[in-house]
Order: sequence, then C-alpha cells, then structure tokens
Amino acid sequence: MLPWPFEREYMQLALLAGVVVGACAPLIGVFLVQRRLSLMGDGVGHIAFAGVAAGVLLDVWPVWTALVAAVAGSLVIERLRSRGTAQGDVALALLFYGGIAGGVVLVSAGDGLDSGVLTYLFGQILTVEPSEVWLVAGLGAGIVVTVAVCARALFAMAVDEEWARVAGLPVGALNAVLSVLTAVTVVVAMRVVGILLVAALMVVPVSAAQVLARSQRGILTWSVGVGILSVVVGLGVARAGGLAPGGTIVLVAVAVFALVAAGERLLAR
Amino acid sequence: MTTTSPVAGPVAVLDDVWFAYGTQSVLEGVSLELCPGEFVALVGPNGSGKSTLLRVLVGSHPPDRGRVALFGTDPRSLRDRARLGYVPQRPTLAAGIAATVHDVVASGRLARSGWVGRRRRSDGPIVDHALEAVGLTDLRDAKVASLSGGQQQRAFIARAMAGEPELLVLDEPVAGVDAESQRAFRDSLLDLVHHHDGTVLLVSHELGAVADVLDRVVVLKQRIVFDGTPAELAERGVSLGVHEADLPLWLEGAGPSGDLGRAVVHRHADHARDRDGR
Repeated sequence: MLPWPFEREYMQLALLAGVVVGACAPLIGVFLVQRRLSLMGDGVGHIAFAGVAAGVLLDVWPVWTALVAAVAGSLVIERLRSRGTAQGDVALALLFYGGIAGGVVLVSAGDGLDSGVLTYLFGQILTVEPSEVWLVAGLGAGIVVTVAVCARALFAMAVDEEWARVAGLPVGALNAVLSVLTAVTVVVAMRVVGILLVAALMVVPVSAAQVLARSQRGILTWSVGVGILSVVVGLGVARAGGLAPGGTIVLVAVAVFALVAAGERLLAR
Repeated sequence: MTTTSPVAGPVAVLDDVWFAYGTQSVLEGVSLELCPGEFVALVGPNGSGKSTLLRVLVGSHPPDRGRVALFGTDPRSLRDRARLGYVPQRPTLAAGIAATVHDVVASGRLARSGWVGRRRRSDGPIVDHALEAVGLTDLRDAKVASLSGGQQQRAFIARAMAGEPELLVLDEPVAGVDAESQRAFRDSLLDLVHHHDGTVLLVSHELGAVADVLDRVVVLKQRIVFDGTPAELAERGVSLGVHEADLPLWLEGAGPSGDLGRAVVHRHADHARDRDGR
C-alpha cells in the first residue's frame, strides 16, 4: 500500500491518472512552446468545452464528444495557420471564442450549468473511476509512443519548417499529428485539472525545463519530470489543505518554475 | 560526402522559368543549368529574385511557367531528398528552443534516414565531420539559442552538410559569420566540390572568401543578366569581393539578358562536363 496521502483508493486512482497527464501534457507542450503555439492547448480546451456541452445535451459521455470536437477544432486551427488564412494567434482566437460561445449556447439549450459540466471546466480528479483511469492510461500510452516515433522530426520542424519541408519531412502530416496529439492531451487532462487550466500543464513545466535543459533530450526529460512532480506534490498539498486539486497542481508547477528561475538568477551573479 | 547515383546530365535545370508573387513579377524567363562539380555563385541586388529562384529550384515554390528539374525529375516529386542540401536564409530561432548545436546538426541526417529513422552509429562521424567543417566542434554541446547569429548560421550550414548532399543550395549562408569561420566554410565547400563531385549554388553578398574558387558567377535581376567566370566578370570591371557596391553600376550597362545568359550557360555547362582534373 502507498503511504499517506495516497493510502486511499480514490487517491491512488487520482495519482495514476494525474501521473499520466503530468507526463503527457508537457511532452506535447515542448513542441507547442518551441513553435510559439503556447496557447494552442487553451484554444483547443475551449473547443472541448463545446464538445462537453454537446455531450451533456445529447446524453452521451462528454469525454467522447469533447474528443471529437477537440480533434476537429485542432485540425481547423492547423489548417488556418498553415494556409496563411489567419496567423497562428488569430486562428487560435477564432476557435477560442467560437468554442466557448458554442459551449455556452449548448449549455443554455439544456439545463444550464450543472455539476457535470463544472467537473470538466474545473477538473475533479478525486472522483475519477477505474474505467476513466484505463482510458487515460490508454490514450497516454498512445501519446508517448507517437512522440517517441516523431520526436526528431517534430524537433527539426520546430527549428526550421522550411528546411524540414525541403529535406522531405512530411511537414503537413506531422503538423496534423501534433494537432491531434494536442487535442487528445486536452481531453485526457480535462478531468484532472479542468479545461480552464489544461494549457497550464502543457506550458508551465516546459518553461521550467527551458531553464534547466540544454539539449533536446534534456528538455523532454525535465518537462516530464516537472509535470509529474507537480501532480504528485499538488495532490498531496490539496489533500492536506482541503484544496481544489486541479488549481493546486498548477500552482505547484508555477512555484517550481519560480524556484528554478530564481536559482538561475542567483547562479548567474 | 555521398557517392550515390552518379548524375549523367546536369544536376539542376531551370528552363524559361517565370514566377510572380501576385502581380509582382520576380523571375522572368530564367534559364540555368548546374552541372556536377560546379561551384556557382548567384548574385544580384536586393529584390532581384535570388531567394525566390532558390525556392523554385528546391521545389518550395512551383513556377508559373517553365520547367524545373532536379536530378532529372520535378523537385516536388524528388524521392531521394538527401541528394539536395539546403540552407535557407537564417531562420529566427524561437527563444524556447532547447537544443545543442549537435542536436541541430544531427537533425540533418533525417534527410537521409527518413523522418522515423533512428540515429545510427554511423551518423556520429558524419555529424562530427560537418561540425568540424564549420569550426563548431568545440561548441557541439552548447545551447544553440545562446550562440551568436553567425555561430547559429554555421550550425545550419553543418546541418545541410550532414545530409551528404550532391547539390548544396545556400541562401546568404555567411551573413554575419566571422572571417575565420568563412575560411572553414570555404574549405568545406571545396571539399564537397573537389572530392565528392558535389555541386554548390551559393547566394551571398559576401563572396570574398570564395571569390577565387568559383567556377561561375550568375547575376540575376529578374532575368539573368550575366553568366560567366569570375575572370569574365572582372574584365567588366566588377570585383566579386565588393560586388554589392559595384553591381548596380555594372548592371546599368549590361546587354540584353537572355542572349548573353543563355550563351554563357551552355558554354560553362560544357566546360564543367569536360573538366575532371581540377
């Protein structure tokens, strides 16, 4: 058995789901941050909210509808960006506001904001069920395997997309893969930290890792490490203080970043 | 560098190529051949279409009219992309890029191994050689984002060389690069040309380091207004080392582009084919 604060079954389930999310979100975030698409997770999260609202309205498990909406939305963002129809940030904004507006309309068409919808907005990791943990673990394994296969090419694209295209890398397909991975990660993470905070787990651990790492392998390792550390410590602190786990996990990640940045400044003197 | 698939004809051909961005015409009937083992510089004033010509050549921009061939095939359907090495104008690295110089240069092997290819043991010496060629061996483990602009550019040149290309196309590769590194750069290009029968097409405003080893100089101003040897260019009173200042004056006195360009293209293509004891 695990020691306190993970001795209870519900905490062990939360830990399992949280560790998967803590590893996967920064793993995808590395490539988003390096390509200046840090807010991609936020944009996709808002589209996922419309999917959750549609699921509640249609009486379908919201995870599935959120997954469909997030994948479709992320591919639209990528298409707008790559075709130059809209700049990266404008494409994100279009989907960002369209998603949240669609979600609000769908929620209002049903019974309004019930506790089910709020669970996805703010996350409720302490109520995850074993079946959800299996789903999270399965999707997480898919994310890790895909990144392991594509990491070198995704990195080369982040450095220089024009060179990658001339070198024969399938830039369009890899961009689509990154978009789909982002969507899947958002859906996996929304029960843990909530749609509103999901992008934080994609960006904040990577920000800390950028200070610590010099190499490609280093930033992947440090990002995943900080992500998992934030989840484990965040869950413990949340239980001890009776706090919201999602917000606590993100605050721990922010604290790690602040410590690392301060340490770097001290060492630089 | 590589020794695969000897090329029977020219490695690159542009035949009466036209290209425009919207209504702005950039290339007007450009014809050019590059033969194995040639070292060619492409020069011209700002906005003359040099970078666009390179992008058309490597398949990034399809021409509006005319024919482009790389190794005998349309560049967009070229399967063995490793035969082509490309150094684009210096990309702006995102501040968040955490990668060593070695990471960047080693990514050049993707052109040869394929995008899912794992690093092989045999990649090591090739990457090391490319790093040495641009004088970055001592900085191989440095974070690339922390380097100066010139040092970053050398890393991108090494990345292209790590793919062991038969044709190396470089767009302003030595802008901001110090004199010692330019010499290392010159030597590595000469190694490619002399020992591996590689072809180099170089766009640069700073030809000083390579002026004495060029086979041909092509002057572009939407059309090719000169295509000949550095000696022939010198006969017209143009010094390559400072061509940026001289070129506009010289261009004003240039004759009709097409006739001069085409004639000299074919003369030098023949010269390159015949030459083997340089």
